Amino acid sequence: MNIATLLDMSAEAFGERIAVVSGDTQLSYAELKAAALAAALRVQASGAVYVVLLDVNSAAAPVAIFGAAYAGVPYVPLNYRLTRPEINELIARVAPALLITGADYRGLVDARDDVQIIDREAFLSLHRNAAPIEPADDPRAVAVQLFTSGTTGKPKAAILRHENLMSYIVGTVEFAAADESDAIVVTVPPYHIAGISAVLSSTYACRRMVQLEGFEAAGWLAACREHRVSNAFLVPTMLQRIVDHLDAQGGDAQLPALRALAYGGGKMPLATIRRAMCLLPQVDFTNAYGLTETSSTIAVLGPDDHRAAAASDDPRVRRRLASVGRPGAVEIEIRDEAGKALGSEEAGLVFVRGPQVSGEYLALGSQLDAGGWFPTKDRGYLDAEGYLFLDGRADDVIVRGGENISPGEIEDVLLNHEAVADVAVVALPDDQWGEAVAAAVVLKDGASASVLELQELVRSRLRSSRVPQHIVFKDQLPYNELGKILRRVIRQEFADAV
Amino acid sequence: MAMVLKAGARFRSAVCDAQVMVVKAPPGEHELHCGGAAMLGGSAPAPEGLSLDSARAGGTLIGKRYVNQDESLELLATKGGKGTLALDGMALDVKQAKQLPSSD
Repeated sequence: MNIATLLDMSAEAFGERIAVVSGDTQLSYAELKAAALAAALRVQASGAVYVVLLDVNSAAAPVAIFGAAYAGVPYVPLNYRLTRPEINELIARVAPALLITGADYRGLVDARDDVQIIDREAFLSLHRNAAPIEPADDPRAVAVQLFTSGTTGKPKAAILRHENLMSYIVGTVEFAAADESDAIVVTVPPYHIAGISAVLSSTYACRRMVQLEGFEAAGWLAACREHRVSNAFLVPTMLQRIVDHLDAQGGDAQLPALRALAYGGGKMPLATIRRAMCLLPQVDFTNAYGLTETSSTIAVLGPDDHRAAAASDDPRVRRRLASVGRPGAVEIEIRDEAGKALGSEEAGLVFVRGPQVSGEYLALGSQLDAGGWFPTKDRGYLDAEGYLFLDGRADDVIVRGGENISPGEIEDVLLNHEAVADVAVVALPDDQWGEAVAAAVVLKDGASASVLELQELVRSRLRSSRVPQHIVFKDQLPYNELGKILRRVIRQEFADAV
Repeated sequence: MAMVLKAGARFRSAVCDAQVMVVKAPPGEHELHCGGAAMLGGSAPAPEGLSLDSARAGGTLIGKRYVNQDESLELLATKGGKGTLALDGMALDVKQAKQLPSSD
């Protein structure tokens, strides 16, 4: 079992079809396979035990993923936004390696005897006359290693084995499901699990991938029109920016080819998805919830769920627009702190089980329990029909006087205030209660609200224990490049200010 | 020739172009055939003198998943061919795909 089989099949069935478009570069599935085989020979000749990519999206990403698979070594895409010392520390952990990089990032890499650097253009122009390689069969071999952006300590190396990725793709994607004219635009960076699953899913569906180096709303819309893009995946911040851009331009999206838009990677604001559904009425929206350690998506809220929730008068159906949907090819269970399985509507910790779940880090080993369940460290609950609602990270829960408080419910209330544009609720150390509730609030331009007024709003909607003892007003909140809020930075700012 | 089928293992037809990967398999030893002849694992050479049995030439399609009656066996056809897949003498059926919304 080897992910290279996905490309073998696409090249066999639809070799002439365009696989990847990136700037002026265009490869058919047959060409992608030839380039990956040439890359595999280069990897084997180098003696590398890892293939590393330090670059933005380009055709080099799929070539490197499959090249590493044919060569039988793990593929490791690195976050090019890390600092130079961080990048070199990670490279040291995967040497000896063959490292593919573009001109913009080459200068970040310290010279080492055990790391061969190859320029992206040279990597894509390797002589494509390599004989077919029968990929190794070991399903337990590591296909992809991703360094997770841990909030404390050194980044953990999550490993995804061929069997995890293959069961995810074969279990959720229909081979050659794409039409000849279909295309997906890929804007998530190659070091994100969604960037990897986009390549694997598209390859197996025989869908054309349009790779964009970065995300910017106008550029994304232009690429969708130019390439007649039918499918896209976005993180919530990206969709927000597209919605804002379309509203500023008068609301006419002019995306007749766009049929399916999936989103994930963070909490989607309800206002954003509602507005997006109005601006793009012909588009099928899918909310995809997944983690690196689960080979990507584990639950989906599909297009029919979106439309039913938006049109329903039943509050239990309406609220599903805020859920991440039902389990895909996995089982999901909610447990309390003591490990007891909980029933529907009972909030606790989210556990997941299934063949696509790796739940494993290099050096730390498997995090699965005796029953094969992986603790996602997300909090949430299932409704009576199995829809999963997430409630933040377990680490973000505020424990005030022994009571567990979810930042999300307080944030949702504050966001209902007409003057509030953005908010993050975090825990602050407190002598009396152990932890206290603190809120960093961004007001809308020209709007005003007092601390007392906001505290009163929370008191009126929730219990008094939920009222933030500390509220500060900020110009903006810190986010990472994929739109994930950096709560630890906010906590630190509060701690520094006290 | 009965053999153990393990998830991830690959087999090829001795009498046509079909190739399969085992997605899921029942325990124990089984006879896996295509086109009337035992399928081959690894780099085992095809025995001489075999030819496609015209009564077992319903075809195998690339990308389709094939299952036995109780779905304890599931194969993915990684290459198409003329032969019909069979486990212990019973022809396999195409598994109806579970349609999931495209998420990536």
